[in-house]
Amino acid sequence: MSAIVDTPPQTQNYLRHWPLVAVLLAAFIGVPAFAPVYVLEAILLPFLALALAGVGLNLLTGYGGQVSLGSAAFMAVGAFAAYNIQLRLALALPVTILLSALTAATVGLIFGLPSLRLRGFYLAVSTLAAQFFVQWALTKFGWFSNYSPSGVISAPGLTLFGYSLDSTTSRYLLALTLVTLITLGVWAFTNGPLGNDLIAIRDNETAAQIIGVPVLKTKLVAFAVSSAIIGVAGFLWAFTYLRTVEPAGFDLDRSFDILFIIIIGGLATLRGAFLGAGLIVVFPLLLSRLSALAFGGMIDSGVLELVQRIILGSLIIAFLIVEPNGLAAILDRVKRGFARTF
Amino acid sequence: MMDWFGFLFLIEVTIGGLLSGVMYALVAIGFVLIYKTSGVLNFAQGAMVLFAALTFVSLVEAGVPFVFALIISAAIMVALGFAIERTVLRPLANRSPMTLFMATLGLSYIIEGAAQIIWGTEVHRLDLGISNAPFQVAGVFISTFDLVAAAIAGVLVASLTAFFRWTRTGLAFRAVADDQFAALAVGLRLDRTWATVWAAAGIVALVAGLLWGARLGVQFSLSLIVLKALPVLVLGGFDSVLGAIVAGLAIGATEKLAEVYLGPFVGGGIEGWFAYVVALLVLLIRPSGLFGQKLVERF
Amino acid sequence: MSFLKRITITALAVATLAAGSAARADEQYFPLQSYRVGPYAAGGTGFFGGFIDYMTLINTRDGGVNGVKLVWDECETEYAVEKGVECYQRQKSHADIAAWNPLSVGIAYAMIDGVTADKVPLITVNHGRTDTTDGRVFPYVFPLLLNPYSETSGIVNYIASKEGGLEALKGKKIVVLYHGSPYGKETIPIYELLAAKYGFTVVQIEVPHPGNEQGAQWLQIRREAPDYVVLRGWGVMNPVALTTAQRNGFPADHIIGNVWSNSEEDVIPAGDAAIGYTAITTQASGNQYPVLQDIIKTVYDAGQGNLSDKSRIGSVYHNLGIVNGILNVEAIRIAQAKFGNRTLTGDEVRWGFEHLQLNPARVKELGAENLFHSINVTYDNHEGEGYVTFQQWDGKKWNVVSDWIAPDWALLRPIITKSSEAYAAEKGLPIRTSEEADQVTQ
Repeated sequence: MSAIVDTPPQTQNYLRHWPLVAVLLAAFIGVPAFAPVYVLEAILLPFLALALAGVGLNLLTGYGGQVSLGSAAFMAVGAFAAYNIQLRLALALPVTILLSALTAATVGLIFGLPSLRLRGFYLAVSTLAAQFFVQWALTKFGWFSNYSPSGVISAPGLTLFGYSLDSTTSRYLLALTLVTLITLGVWAFTNGPLGNDLIAIRDNETAAQIIGVPVLKTKLVAFAVSSAIIGVAGFLWAFTYLRTVEPAGFDLDRSFDILFIIIIGGLATLRGAFLGAGLIVVFPLLLSRLSALAFGGMIDSGVLELVQRIILGSLIIAFLIVEPNGLAAILDRVKRGFARTF
Repeated sequence: MMDWFGFLFLIEVTIGGLLSGVMYALVAIGFVLIYKTSGVLNFAQGAMVLFAALTFVSLVEAGVPFVFALIISAAIMVALGFAIERTVLRPLANRSPMTLFMATLGLSYIIEGAAQIIWGTEVHRLDLGISNAPFQVAGVFISTFDLVAAAIAGVLVASLTAFFRWTRTGLAFRAVADDQFAALAVGLRLDRTWATVWAAAGIVALVAGLLWGARLGVQFSLSLIVLKALPVLVLGGFDSVLGAIVAGLAIGATEKLAEVYLGPFVGGGIEGWFAYVVALLVLLIRPSGLFGQKLVERF
Repeated sequence: MSFLKRITITALAVATLAAGSAARADEQYFPLQSYRVGPYAAGGTGFFGGFIDYMTLINTRDGGVNGVKLVWDECETEYAVEKGVECYQRQKSHADIAAWNPLSVGIAYAMIDGVTADKVPLITVNHGRTDTTDGRVFPYVFPLLLNPYSETSGIVNYIASKEGGLEALKGKKIVVLYHGSPYGKETIPIYELLAAKYGFTVVQIEVPHPGNEQGAQWLQIRREAPDYVVLRGWGVMNPVALTTAQRNGFPADHIIGNVWSNSEEDVIPAGDAAIGYTAITTQASGNQYPVLQDIIKTVYDAGQGNLSDKSRIGSVYHNLGIVNGILNVEAIRIAQAKFGNRTLTGDEVRWGFEHLQLNPARVKELGAENLFHSINVTYDNHEGEGYVTFQQWDGKKWNVVSDWIAPDWALLRPIITKSSEAYAAEKGLPIRTSEEADQVTQ
């Protein structure tokens, strides 16, 4: 029986955690100390937000086998919820984030209802309803943007226990902390009983039902948790990265970006979301820098953008052909290669 | 109570909606052809529409006569179809539908990029010589252009049907659509069928590109018309040409009626998502669309 | 047309630039967050083409602004906010930045905090956030020439002039067809306000993005049977509106386009459906103005023009870019008169913009008489009271069909002030006085 997504075999060895610890130490201590502002503002902040969105979507698509094309809508819900909660309730930042995640989860739950009946592309296209409806509602009803005349809001400042978090470094650390905590949570979730149920449904729904997996409940939980995480990603995107909130920033292209991230990174792996996000964020920048170096600005920026687009498209196809399990699988191979050499 | 004028208006909205629906169906058919044989939801269809229209209009602007431009563009679209089969689909045979879908997303990047590098990013006027002016039937405005477009769509569907019913390739297509493995077992060349189908989808893209291009102008936004076709596909079933037509008409009409009669109560502009919601509601009753095959359930 | 040609042209321009910088002269740098691909490419290529052409003219004809060479580089945004932000982060490390000109509301918004901290002006000519007109709250943001409210008032005043005065608006019906985006919705309350003031009925109908299908909206318009339709469109929505109007038998000469529905690219795809369509503009189109003749002679004839399609010289977006170039260059010139003919800091250029007063006589000296009217920017009015005019499309080109019309600034100002002061209160920002505006960071 064919699943809608190819899934890699589960990797099992979780004992060797030292590379992860090293990465975290570097991210928490090394980066803030040494990285220039440009790297934080233009690379790491969008990277963290998109990686988190990837983690959220991976839960639904990679582990749950349900494809969603509406991720950006849930990011928008998270961002606008955080804006309104902060504006109207003036709660502490952690509570604001929690509540906006809950809001995104609720909206996700509603748009996840069709998943109880629909499969495959029918479900995927149905999630577009969320994509367009949410964007429409946020633009249509001025209340969401506090009747801002142009509908684009400058994100209010971030404070935690009286300290301002508006500097680049503190925004980065806030994003990093959230991403780390949530990723750990997802790791625990996918290795827990609910995660197993989810994978069972993905692999064979009928069989899962027969062995007593609560199919409906599990699917809805997956939608809710995934949307909540993507909602937090939206908060990061709007509050720590762009610092403006507007519905147009959460369009269909963003949803596709997130889907690219998990497919290129590797489905049903947590590393995948990070590797994929790295590629999507860094690759275009690298390409434009490289060509600027190579051609010294001789090529029109428009042509360059088109060339980038073609290369990115080819890269996606090449990846799908050569390594269906994504960057995560490549990383595993490299690691195994190292292990053999030493 | 609705007065006479109100009633005429209702008729007019419905007719306008049905005719728009034909235009949606035109794009949707390109998707159906490919989905039916290879299970791929080809997101690059929009990019193909853009590419076809840009190629045609650039040729015409370069002084190539209309008919020759049409033939050359069609030939290019056929070549593109074959190339896609060879370089993208064949290496990805037996992969999951999602992988193939992602590949077509990548493909759409390539085609969009290439189209604009080759032909530029300017906005072009495409004049097919069909008048836009409306005529009146019993007080109801009907657009000549929309009628002609509907007629062309009808001819296209008829010729596709004839092709698939009475030619060898068409028979092979239906065999593959019915059962890939059985088709392979009796010695049909799957790759050839796929290539033909992609070429046919290229021709459909050309026709859609010309008609939509005449309405919108030929420019980047042309590729966004896929968003109008997707709810049609969901409603009609991804694998039914008839479904695409019926659903196109249904969605065109419902969407217009909703915008005109329901829109004012919620502030208007609901067309962007309304079609999706209609499709969703129908799906909750019939999970594989109005005309889709049940086996889709299996995914 | 062909991109190859464009590449060689750009190469030439770069070579000239490189030669210029080798002399280590004073320089003023313009970071251009341009967009040459994607759905809004037509606007981007025209506007940035005009801007670059004007700067090239200043460099080659005058040897820079009082000897200070203008330099620039482009960073492609595709009109996407996050790309614009990346460009901002990338380009801001460059020395001697004069001003930012992103031509995108979304990108401008994302930069407001940044440029305020950097003390570099951010120009949003003809667009942008209306309340940034209040320079007391937004010291570094300049919606030059025309903000969305003034535009609305200008359109209503024009309709009034066609009907024979503001009194004649009473009892008329106007439909506003707007793009379903924050941009499209921004003027809804202003149309309501003006309708109440002058006694006309206004019906505002939304077209969902991108607007490639408008059957329902135009049926509604037919039912409403308005005297005028105002098109507040964007991109593909504009030609589709015109063709759909024709299919529904609505006359094009009763459709009035706003400032983002006024270009050749908006009407050409609509073919004969656009004949008679009229649209507002702050800068007339055509290449008969001396400054354009100079650009053709000095820049294009030397093969250094930025537009790949020469027929677009003098088009609406190209001329907007040129006017934008004039405004930027004159702001630098005015600041140089105070601070010296050298590379200026961003804050000095800001001072220049806040004294950017070009009366019709000065505009004529600049070779731009009738291209645009005048501008009068002060520390608390960052729009500068731009006049508008109206152009009608005859199937081939735009023809000016009105005088220069003044929007009703006095009526709009209190609304703007209310909004900007609310913003200041929300963000805890100070309200600047004219003395504070004269303190300049060097």
